[in-house]
Order: sequence, then C-alpha cells, then structure tokens
Amino acid sequence: MEATKERHGWKWLLCTPALIVLVLAASGPLMIVLIYSFLTPGNMGGVNWEFTTEAWFRVFWRRDIFDPDQVTWNEAHLTVFWRSISLSLQTTLLCAFLGFPTAWFIATRPPNSRAIWLFMITIPFWTNLLIRTFAIQELIRNNGTINALLLQTGVINQPIQIMYTDFAVLLGMAYVFLPLMVLPLYAAMDKLDFRLVEAGYDLYASRIKVLWYVILPLVKPGFIAGSILVFIPAIGAYVTPRVLGGGRTMMLGNLIALQFGQGRNWPLGAALAMLLLIIVVTALVLYLRWVNREEVRRG
Amino acid sequence: MAEVTAGTERALRGGSDAARPARRRNYSVRRLPGFGVIAIFTFVMLYLPIVILVAYSFNEGVSQARWEGFSLQWYEAAFNNRQVRDVSVRSLWLAVTASGIATLLATLAALGTTRTSRFPGQTMIYALINQPLMVPEVVTGIALLIFVAAIKVQTGYTGMGYLVAAHTAFCIPFAYLPIRARLETMDITLEKAAADLYASPFQAFRYITLPLLVPGIVAGFMLGFVISLDTVVITEFVKSAGQDTLPTYMLGQLRRTVTPEMNAIATLFLALSLMIVTAFFLITRKRGV
Repeated sequence: MEATKERHGWKWLLCTPALIVLVLAASGPLMIVLIYSFLTPGNMGGVNWEFTTEAWFRVFWRRDIFDPDQVTWNEAHLTVFWRSISLSLQTTLLCAFLGFPTAWFIATRPPNSRAIWLFMITIPFWTNLLIRTFAIQELIRNNGTINALLLQTGVINQPIQIMYTDFAVLLGMAYVFLPLMVLPLYAAMDKLDFRLVEAGYDLYASRIKVLWYVILPLVKPGFIAGSILVFIPAIGAYVTPRVLGGGRTMMLGNLIALQFGQGRNWPLGAALAMLLLIIVVTALVLYLRWVNREEVRRG
Repeated sequence: MAEVTAGTERALRGGSDAARPARRRNYSVRRLPGFGVIAIFTFVMLYLPIVILVAYSFNEGVSQARWEGFSLQWYEAAFNNRQVRDVSVRSLWLAVTASGIATLLATLAALGTTRTSRFPGQTMIYALINQPLMVPEVVTGIALLIFVAAIKVQTGYTGMGYLVAAHTAFCIPFAYLPIRARLETMDITLEKAAADLYASPFQAFRYITLPLLVPGIVAGFMLGFVISLDTVVITEFVKSAGQDTLPTYMLGQLRRTVTPEMNAIATLFLALSLMIVTAFFLITRKRGV
C-alpha cells in the first residue's frame, strides 16, 4: 500500500507545474468570473463587492429607468442570443452540406493520394483564423474582389452590401470551421465497410436509399462529432462576427466583450460569459451521453 | 424513379460478374452522383480566398480586384513599418517563450499520466489540461482580463508576464497531445532492458526514453508555437498598452481602410505557419514508419 502511494505521488509531482499554470491562468480565473457575475458593477468598470443577482436578471430582462418595478424582456440581448444560436446552427448545416461530399470524396480516393487530400483540408485549419477571416473580408467588401468583378463586367451597377450582414458572418464562420466538420466525417468514412454499401446495391437499393439507410447511419458518429466541433466554436465566435459583422450583427462573444469595453458592466459581462459556458458545456455533455449510449448499444 | 434506374442498370449488368460489382467501372459502389462536384467546389472555395489574398500582396496598385503589375512595394512597406516589426518580434518572442514553457510542463505531465495504471485524481488532471480546449476563447479572455486587472491593482506589474502565462496555459493541451501520443506508442520493453542492464531510473530516462521522446517534444513545441502565434482573442483581452502582437495589430488595422500592405504581412505570416505545419506533419508521419 505504502509503495503504490509513493508512485502516485511521483505522478502528481510531474503534473504539478503544468497544473499550477493551468489553475492560475485558466481554471482559477473562470471561478472568479462566476463570483463576479454576482457582484455590483463599479462606476468605471470593475466591481463593487456587494452581492446581487441583478446581473443575471439583466441577461434576460430589463427594468424601466424611471420605474424599476416595470420589467420587460431585454430584446437587444434576446436578439443577440437568437442570432448566435441561429447562425451557429446554420454554419453547422452549411459545413455538413459541403463537408459530407468532401469527406466522401477524400475517403473514396486511392489510398496513397488520400493523405494529400487530407493534408489540403488540414492546412487551412492550422493557418491563422484572423487571416482567413481577412481573406473573406477582401472578397466581399464593397470595393472587394467580388463586387469589383461584378461591377467591371456590368452585372451590377452598385456594389452589393455583403459585409456587416448576418450572411457575411455565416459565410466567414462556415469558411473558417469547415475543416472541423470534414475531419471527423472522414475518420468515420475511412472505417466504413464498403461491403455493406455493396450489399445495399445488390438488394436493388437506389443510390439515395443506400445513402440514407446504409451510409448515413454508419457515419452518424462522425456527423455528430463534426457538428459538435463546428457548433461549439461557432457559438463562442468573437473574431469572425467582429470583423465581418461589425456592430450591427453582434454575437454572444461580442456582447460579452462589449460589457468589458464601452458597456462598463463587468458583472453583466461575467453572467453572459457564464451563459455561453453553460451552452457549450450542455452541448458537450449531450454529445458525450450520446456517445456512451451508442457505445452501450453497439457493445 | 431512382429505384427504377438502379434496377435497370443492375439488369443491364447481367448476372455473371455480379459477384464483384465494385470492380466495375460504370457502377462503382463508391460513387455518389454530384458529390465530386461539391467536393471540388469546396476545395476551390477553401483555397481561392487565400490565393487571392496572396496574389494581391504582389499587386502594383491598391486595388483588390484590378491587377496593375507585379511589385514588391507592399513587402517593402511592411518591412519599413516600425510598428509591424515590433509586433512581429513580440509575437515570435511570445510564441517561443510560451510554447517552450508549455512543452516542458506538458512533457512532465505526459510522463506522469501515461503508461501507468489509473490513479486517483487522473480524471481531474485530464479535465484541467483539456479545459482550455473546451472553454470558448472569449470566456477565457475576459476571465483573464478580470484576474489580471485585480493583480495589476495589487502589484502594479504590467509586464509581459501575464501574456506569457496566458499563452502558456493555452498551449499546454496542444503540446501535451503529440507528446502523450508518442509516449503511448513507445516500446516499454526498451526501458525494461535498460533496467536489466543496471541502468538507474534516471539513466534509463536520459539515454532511452528521452531520445525516443524527442520527435513528440518537437511536434508539441511546434504545435504550441503555431497556436500561440494564432491566438488573438486571449491576447486582445490580456495585453496592456503597447503589448500588441501581430494578430491583435492586424485585428485593429482591419477596422480601417486596408492597403495591400496587410496582404503582404498576412502572406508572410501564412508562409511561416505553413512551414511549421508541414514540418510538423513530416515529423509526426515518421513515427508511423
């Protein structure tokens, strides 16, 4: 008994330096955010150490300036929540629509060229997110490549306003997060037993039926993993909506940041950050439970 | 309708070689109509914006749409821009420092958590290490902003320490992954052989484990380096005045009218990332051989 304890002690000792940094610069500050969400905002940012649930109240509702008992929905916040969720789901769907055929394409290449195609998906993923967002901005801004081409060829007389719309944010996020959908889908398809697909065709199934009843159920784990991997960074996106969406099409991440800038309401920002964290953790927990169920079901 | 087509095709095939339909050119089970087109479209869309970005960094004029001849003037402008030089040096210094520390800490943690039976608290250690991967960057960012603001008031220190700590914590999970992967595939009998030959645990580690671990450590360092170099949100919230890194500088500039100088900076940045990622793949691929 004494000996095993000794060995565990060594393991902990080896992990301690990393854990200290992680607790100091990752987990610890997160706890402070939770505490701050129950405090009163200071005049110039910061907080006063008085307990209140007002910040959490203000996440969803607001009080009339003259009559604090008059409570209405905080529509500005609800609009941002709805946009965040809706845009993240749309991004996931768009990535799935483009990612599924792409992953299938890679999985059905000859084995020796698969690595190259896969590498081509991975490269953009490792290049700077800001630069990729910038690349999209260059394409879609009013005097950007797309508008200039359309103007030159006479298709349009005035530049189309794409920047600073929800569509621009959707486009940017789909562009930036697409590899996160393709990679798990590919991993699932790589393990796909093509004899089952063949069996489907031998039993007179059409291509659509094989796709729907044979292929999709088999690659479903990859689909779900990809959706989670796209949805989570999308719901927490900050850079892409800031650059492509501007002030009018804020997402949750920008609303949080605003409270620490011009908003000067740190507790509200902290409460909103906690809300975002709750959404992300819920999505992760649902995913993990689904994985466990699936594992039990398949044995 | 589709069923009829499949049925007809099948009927046309005849029965004799139905046993091996996969070999058949005109009815491959791997083909799904339209998928190839969407896939090629996706690949083109993935690279076209980057290609255009790079191309116009060499443009003579300011336009992002009209080609006015080849020129390196925007690169010259970027090199002569003192602020760009400053933020680039700061970014590189920060990436090397943070990733270096993170790699060291991740190596120790990986040695502690792999090749062992489960021990109490292991799940908590995993959760702590992976936490930066799961929490949205903007949440980590404001959390650090609050924490750093409080320490600044207490100590008055406004140096680079905060950024180094923030980046190190964020790099640890990325550095940890390849090191752990390398350790897990390592042949443990080699160390046992060393022990049989009367090597002390330290000698076995120094002469057997460590040399075998080097590719994992290098890969971990490079991954951490790229991640630190890319991190914009956390830096944006943690930095004090005058501590802009290349990404936060770019983020600030994107608000204004952008000249192709930004394309030139982005292209150089891309080239650096690309080199590191390629090297990373070459190193990790060797492991399989």
